[in-house]
Amino acid sequence: MVNLNVNIGGLELKNPVLTASGTFGYGTEYSDFIDISRIGCIIVKGTTLRERQGNAYPRMAETPSGMLNAVGLQNKGVDYFVEHIYPTLKRINTNVFVNVSGSMVEDYVKTAEKLNELDGIPGIELNISCPNVKEGGMAFGTSCASAAEVTKAVREVYKKSLMVKLSPNVTDIAEIARAVEAEGADSVSLINTLLGMAIDAEKRRPVLSTVTGGLSGPAVKPVALRMVWQTAKAVKIPVIGLGGIMNAQDAIEFILAGATAVQVGTANFIDPSVSVKIIDGIEDYLKRHKFNSISEIRGMI
Amino acid sequence: MKKFMLDLTVKENIPLENRYFLLKLTSNDRLPEMLPGQFAEVRVDDAPTVFLRRPVSIHYVDYVNNELWLLIQIVGGGTRKLSGLRAGNTLNLLFPLGNTFKLDTGKNSRIMLIGGGAGIAPLLFLGAYLKERGCQCNFLLGARTKKDLLQLHEFEKYGEVYTTTEDASHGEKGYVTQHSILNGTHFDIIYTCGPTPMMKAVAQYAEAGDIYCEASLENTMACGIGACLCCVTDTKDEGHVCVCTGGPVFNTKRLKW
Repeated sequence: MVNLNVNIGGLELKNPVLTASGTFGYGTEYSDFIDISRIGCIIVKGTTLRERQGNAYPRMAETPSGMLNAVGLQNKGVDYFVEHIYPTLKRINTNVFVNVSGSMVEDYVKTAEKLNELDGIPGIELNISCPNVKEGGMAFGTSCASAAEVTKAVREVYKKSLMVKLSPNVTDIAEIARAVEAEGADSVSLINTLLGMAIDAEKRRPVLSTVTGGLSGPAVKPVALRMVWQTAKAVKIPVIGLGGIMNAQDAIEFILAGATAVQVGTANFIDPSVSVKIIDGIEDYLKRHKFNSISEIRGMI
Repeated sequence: MKKFMLDLTVKENIPLENRYFLLKLTSNDRLPEMLPGQFAEVRVDDAPTVFLRRPVSIHYVDYVNNELWLLIQIVGGGTRKLSGLRAGNTLNLLFPLGNTFKLDTGKNSRIMLIGGGAGIAPLLFLGAYLKERGCQCNFLLGARTKKDLLQLHEFEKYGEVYTTTEDASHGEKGYVTQHSILNGTHFDIIYTCGPTPMMKAVAQYAEAGDIYCEASLENTMACGIGACLCCVTDTKDEGHVCVCTGGPVFNTKRLKW
């Protein structure tokens, strides 16, 4: 029996596989296909202080080995979450994080404060990297000063595990990671989507209603891997790697690059059971190479 | 209804006119229960330009022979790849997904099913289902030319079939909404699936005559199970609603299209 347990900033997970926000709904969408309680941690969709309708359709474009999305944080707001969604989530027998988004520091703080009260939610993922909202979102994640400011403000009110999700749309992601680490982040997750664009040549129009959107899927994996490797060398807090992970081998690559855990995102759309397959695949890999625990291979590169 | 991810076996792949093909899928196990209006997300492997699954309407379910039929038109790399499937090949499906057409129509309702192009696909299953429950169905199928009118012999098993073509090569000339059957007869329920301009015209006709009308929408989709929120349509009552879970069938009065 190999040990798949990992610790992400004071919180023990039964395995290093998380599901990425915005790709796994509230978890229950997937329960016909897998036992979702097997997942190390489910990160539910981006939640904002007030309800958001998101961007106009079309919000998605298929691209080579990936997809662009411009959903724009459609959600019913944190109060609705607490009242209507949390009661179901707290019965799931694994860790559930809420991804927190906003357009002003105050929004992040108020949302985090409300989530801090929920016993069944051991942590939040602070989304300072959404490329699909007009104000805020990614703007916070592209400068050290603003990333630090929002992390600091949330840290003051949020007492549980605080993961900060970083944007790849920056010159030096390690610098941003250090800035949020200095303000008390317990872990960082990276990468959020890469800003991209698709054009329909026949119609001579952009494919997405917002023109630009966030690129995900295997197309971004080499970029994500490089950024995880750079960041893991720059900070002491755990790094959660994501970006184009489709199978256990991809997940192992991120862990070898220094990630403590990984998030599986877009792959859930193609195979709703992929997260569980990745957990099993990691275990098989460790057995095959005669390692006793996942931590033995972390950061070997 | 419980959703499944299953590997089905291709029993037949029948090429039809104008880049359409009919896939008959089967399984060693009994196929799960499916209802008219629902769809499947079909996985396309080994096609370099294809990353996501393709949403495809359930065309017909033959429970006697344990067959699931998909009617597909080749429009891009994904559907082209699927058109090359041969008997014995395996195809991975997530299904049944989405809601259903209104199925409690009442036996005496006058029911019209209006389809265009590939949009005729879900109407066969719906017609067969309603006929089995003692309802009388009428089908109004429109296409550019006679060649695009598919599966007429199948539709004829379940009700009266009326057709329009733009070049008058079959049935009445013009669009479905111009067909004389819509002038002479009152219908209580209209179901429609096809190109958006056609469905909008059908919805307007229904609205004008105060007829209950449902349309099955087709939006670009990623997950098919309500997780990614990519496939939304705008509604008057609930704002952005996922076509994959809130639909694909909508009462046309709800739609802001």
